Amino acid sequence: MDAVQLLVSGLLVGGVYAFMALGMVLIFKATGVFNFAAGHLMALGAFIAVLIIVQLGLPIWLGVLVAIVMAAIVGILAERLALRRLIGQPHMSALMATLALAYVTQGIILAAWQGKVYVFPEFLPTGSINLGPIMIDSELLWPFIIVMLLFGGFGIFFARTKVGLGMRATAEDHQLAQLKGINVKFVFALTWAIAGVLGTIAGILMGHRLGISLSLAFVGFRVIPVVLLGGLDSINGAIIGGLIIGIVERLVAGYFDPWLMNIAPFVVLLIIMIIRPEGLLGQKRIERV
Amino acid sequence: MQPCGNFSSNYSQELAIIRTRTQWVFVIIGLLVLFTMPLYLNDPILSRINSLAIMIVAVLGLMILTGYAGQINLGQAAFVCVGAYSSALMVTRLGLPFWVALPLSGLTAGLVGLLFGLPSLRVKGFYLAMTTLAAQFIIPTLIAHVRTDITGGGKGLIVPPPYLGKEALNTQTEMFFVIIITVVILTFVAKSLVRGPIGRAFIAIRDNELAAESMGINVFRYKLLAFFICSFFAGISGSLWAHWLRVINYDLLTIMESIWYLGMMIIGGMGSITGAIIGPIFVYGLDQSLTWGAHEVGDVFTSLPVTMPAAIHLIVFGIVIIIFLAFEPRGLNHRWEVFKAAYRLTPFSY
Repeated sequence: MDAVQLLVSGLLVGGVYAFMALGMVLIFKATGVFNFAAGHLMALGAFIAVLIIVQLGLPIWLGVLVAIVMAAIVGILAERLALRRLIGQPHMSALMATLALAYVTQGIILAAWQGKVYVFPEFLPTGSINLGPIMIDSELLWPFIIVMLLFGGFGIFFARTKVGLGMRATAEDHQLAQLKGINVKFVFALTWAIAGVLGTIAGILMGHRLGISLSLAFVGFRVIPVVLLGGLDSINGAIIGGLIIGIVERLVAGYFDPWLMNIAPFVVLLIIMIIRPEGLLGQKRIERV
Repeated sequence: MQPCGNFSSNYSQELAIIRTRTQWVFVIIGLLVLFTMPLYLNDPILSRINSLAIMIVAVLGLMILTGYAGQINLGQAAFVCVGAYSSALMVTRLGLPFWVALPLSGLTAGLVGLLFGLPSLRVKGFYLAMTTLAAQFIIPTLIAHVRTDITGGGKGLIVPPPYLGKEALNTQTEMFFVIIITVVILTFVAKSLVRGPIGRAFIAIRDNELAAESMGINVFRYKLLAFFICSFFAGISGSLWAHWLRVINYDLLTIMESIWYLGMMIIGGMGSITGAIIGPIFVYGLDQSLTWGAHEVGDVFTSLPVTMPAAIHLIVFGIVIIIFLAFEPRGLNHRWEVFKAAYRLTPFSY
């Protein structure tokens, strides 16, 4: 039963990874930029929630709401001030800009919260649920449920709403989307705003379990294998990739050494790069001359 | 843009690095200033110059791989790490002299680089960057956990200084000469590589892989060669670093270092050896002056929280880089070329 136990907890952890990966995939699909600042934006969102919930003592729902709005504003500012200027420049420049953004965010966090570690008050049920011999930790289960519900919400948003469809069209082809009357600049800003919101929610859910500190920002790098495993331009891929990486991490930690957990995702990444470079569900690019 | 009235009558003249008498004068003055630096600079500044020069070696390698051959490498720091540890182990365990360990550690890192270059057979561009990112996470973790009796694990390693005969080269001034001579030689090697047939093959691969292949360039072989050269430079950089710092730890070479090597290269200007030198100088200079400035601010306003200097440093650094990328996306070298062209064209306006 040990394997099943590891499998279940891996699945639950993977759900949150998948959610973070979604933010990266959205930005990459719409704007062609790989966002290295994802982890830092996530930490910033969690710290804003800390400010409102822990330091000001306001109710939790208000804290989460304000943090989400603030994250959206931060996302829009990042896009408007830094990344829009780099449209049409080499991809590397945009990549460096997201990194510089990570520095600025880290600086803001250090200045405002002095690198301390905070803990949220319990707002999700604690304890554990026993399903026969398998024990499910509520601290893992509830974030997973929330994330899955939100995934459903985003699925509907992208499949049914006009704005969501506009975002998908922009991801396909900027010029064609513009011809159809879609405001591409608006879509770019919206994408960054959504990515900020996704990051904040992921940050709050992760911070709830692990405590909120600057090290939350470096979880962002661990999500990169998730994104590539699923396919850089696939939203469903992000979900599957997240779940697989979560399970692999747990199985490796359970059966081998815990330190292998840190490199297992990257070994998976190397293997997938060699076998199927476009990722599990990514679109294969065919080159024509 | 060549200097006015300077015509090539054969191929070697066309390829020459130094072509006019003025350039010779500048080269000689430049080298004189460089090698007399220990006479008028104190140890703290010399130690910064040494650190900067070691970085330049790593960035030179990256410039050949990323700037010329167009393969993004997000794991340069890991290859520097390989160089540092292999050099340290060769000297302490095998008793080799530093002068032998230096090129050998370059080779070791080069071979590890080849290994991570192998996926370039199948993947390219961004995806290839991700395999090098995997190197960045896998190599230091392996150093930390596998055979810690040899690598020292989390404690790191203590490395002896290089010996010249019986003389230990353990001051900043002595190391300055070791490092700077290596840097000058490697800069010349890098420049020669990229102006020759290998460099032209790299540029062809960067600009259009399919076209390069149809011109008869063995793309895979040249990509692997680029990976080898890049990690070779990284290994040399690591070896110098190990014997200069004398206490090494894999913790000092994280993903952030790798990314900053890339950043220095982009800020210097992709596809130019000059860029690989002025980029690190600019970024490192900015970094150091901001550290100093932030400390001054912290000393004046003692009521500020202790993390404030670090925070100011990070914020200003990030903002300067963003502004720089927005206004000068082609790097400092581009500005330098524009200046040179203007200087050579004056007084003609065309």
